[in-house]
Amino acid sequence: MAAPARRPLGDQLRRGASSAPAYIFLLVCLAYFLLPLIWLVISATKTNAELFSSFGFWFAPDFHFFQNLKDLFAYDNGNFALWLRNTAEYAVIASVGSSLISTLAGYAFAQYRFAGRNLLFGIVLASIFVPASVFAVPLFLLMSKSGLSNTLLAIILPALVNPFGVYLMRIYAEQAISQDLIDAARVDGAGEFRIFATIAFRLLAPAYVTVLLFAFVGAWNNYFLPLLLLSKSNLYLLTVGLAYWNSLSTQPGVAQVLFILVITGSLVAIVPIMLLFLVLQRYWQGGLSLGSVRG
Amino acid sequence: MRTTLPQSAPGEALASPIPAPRSWQRFWRKATPYLFLMPFFIGYVVFLIYPLVYSFNLSLYRKQLVGGTKFVGLANYLKVVQDGQFWEGIRNVLIFGAVQIPVMLGLALAFALILDSNIIRRQTIFRLGFFLPFAVPSVVAALLWGYLYGQTFGPLAQIAKALKLAPPLLLTAQAIIPLMANISTWQFTGYNMLIIYAALKAIPAELYEAARVDGANNWQIAWLVRIPLVWPAIVLTIIFSIIGSLQLFNEPNILAVVAPTIINLHFTPNIYLYSLAFRNAQFDYSAAMAFTLAIVSGVLASLVLFLTQRRGEA
Repeated sequence: MAAPARRPLGDQLRRGASSAPAYIFLLVCLAYFLLPLIWLVISATKTNAELFSSFGFWFAPDFHFFQNLKDLFAYDNGNFALWLRNTAEYAVIASVGSSLISTLAGYAFAQYRFAGRNLLFGIVLASIFVPASVFAVPLFLLMSKSGLSNTLLAIILPALVNPFGVYLMRIYAEQAISQDLIDAARVDGAGEFRIFATIAFRLLAPAYVTVLLFAFVGAWNNYFLPLLLLSKSNLYLLTVGLAYWNSLSTQPGVAQVLFILVITGSLVAIVPIMLLFLVLQRYWQGGLSLGSVRG
Repeated sequence: MRTTLPQSAPGEALASPIPAPRSWQRFWRKATPYLFLMPFFIGYVVFLIYPLVYSFNLSLYRKQLVGGTKFVGLANYLKVVQDGQFWEGIRNVLIFGAVQIPVMLGLALAFALILDSNIIRRQTIFRLGFFLPFAVPSVVAALLWGYLYGQTFGPLAQIAKALKLAPPLLLTAQAIIPLMANISTWQFTGYNMLIIYAALKAIPAELYEAARVDGANNWQIAWLVRIPLVWPAIVLTIIFSIIGSLQLFNEPNILAVVAPTIINLHFTPNIYLYSLAFRNAQFDYSAAMAFTLAIVSGVLASLVLFLTQRRGEA
């Protein structure tokens, strides 16, 4: 799924087009998208007092970032480290598991004809359009009943069901799997599960990485369900914990020093995802085109 | 969305080169696809279908101070429909969507068209730069913009003070929805850009050459060839954006900390049903509200699908 080679149409369109207005437009927009992040990075190097006393888009005299990090992990009995670990654990298990389950299902839809195929796929598609809030109240009640609330499992289990992942995998599998190869394996007497594990899965790997990455980000950034299902502060995820500190930081009388901790914590929370996107660029940029092939 | 695709899917038709199977083998061959599907559908039934049924059942009852829980049929739904605060929330998210979706998708489409035209060098910087905010959790995005909007150490306030002006009071009742729209636009424009961009990349080059031979200029090619061809992808982004708008929760929930008098407990439908369920323990009423919201969202999505269909076929 490498990026398509430069096509003649680009040159076609380039002819006679002046690119200066396009550059100016894009650069202004780039500033809009990047300035808040630049502000975040700069602010994380200041003391809480310097947030107020120095200009937001420039550094304060002393570099306080490492002290902020130390404070961040020390504050509130070191809860931030727990939130980081909870978030990582939840995101890894949910994304690896849900992508594997989606791959199996997508492969089945692409590879076999069977009774109920269209109906089942319709059911998968329909659920993509159901708003998530419908599940919030019942999941909360059911998890409480089954004693799972206030465990990471309560948020991991529902995240294993990823209908959009199934949709993407099916489309990808229809294009990527060479039928001849599968047939040859069948003639050689290989069983269907061996064919999947040894041949098909390797061919599906790029789509697997894409589905996994987006599931990982979805889990890492999730807020609504974790907010409902995890009520003990040592079980919070990063998003819930940062929102909690933020709500404390504006209360009069409570230490305002929390501003700088929320800012530093926000930076720590986004760095892993950004690195992941940068490292895996080639996969997900190609992978996104999956959804659009058939629209 | 067209998804039926009669491709050469094998399965039984494929049996010809393989020796005639015995009956148990035939059984396994028939069972194979269902075994592949099983993990997904077990999860689907347990974590999607069952909660839905449970919640719907819940929404038909009402807990009373005297006499315990009573079956009330659709009375909770009737109450939702007559609940002014619910519709106020719907109105807020519709205004939000009406402001935010056209701006976001307009920008996303413009970026995608420009980047796909290859008139720009160093495309990757722009593609990644625009996309980067998508990696930021919406909670962090709301926190971040909340600080930027703020009157104490927000950069806008600082610039105003440096110019000896009064720092602008941004978080007002009139401005709160556009301010939230800005946060979502900042976060999701890049993602939508990539979806449209990927669809543009799939257009065969011959089409452009044909249009060029017919004497079409760049604007005409964009308007008459490229946009119609990626229209299904755009419709998909519109529908997901509408569903997302109706679900608005994180941004108002975070901004409520800095603007508590403006963002009340029924500011959006999700904020409202969250506070009903988790402050007042009115789970039955909250469940009815969630279903009503899902219906509103389904109706809107179908409406958009219907309204955009004609253009797609043209």
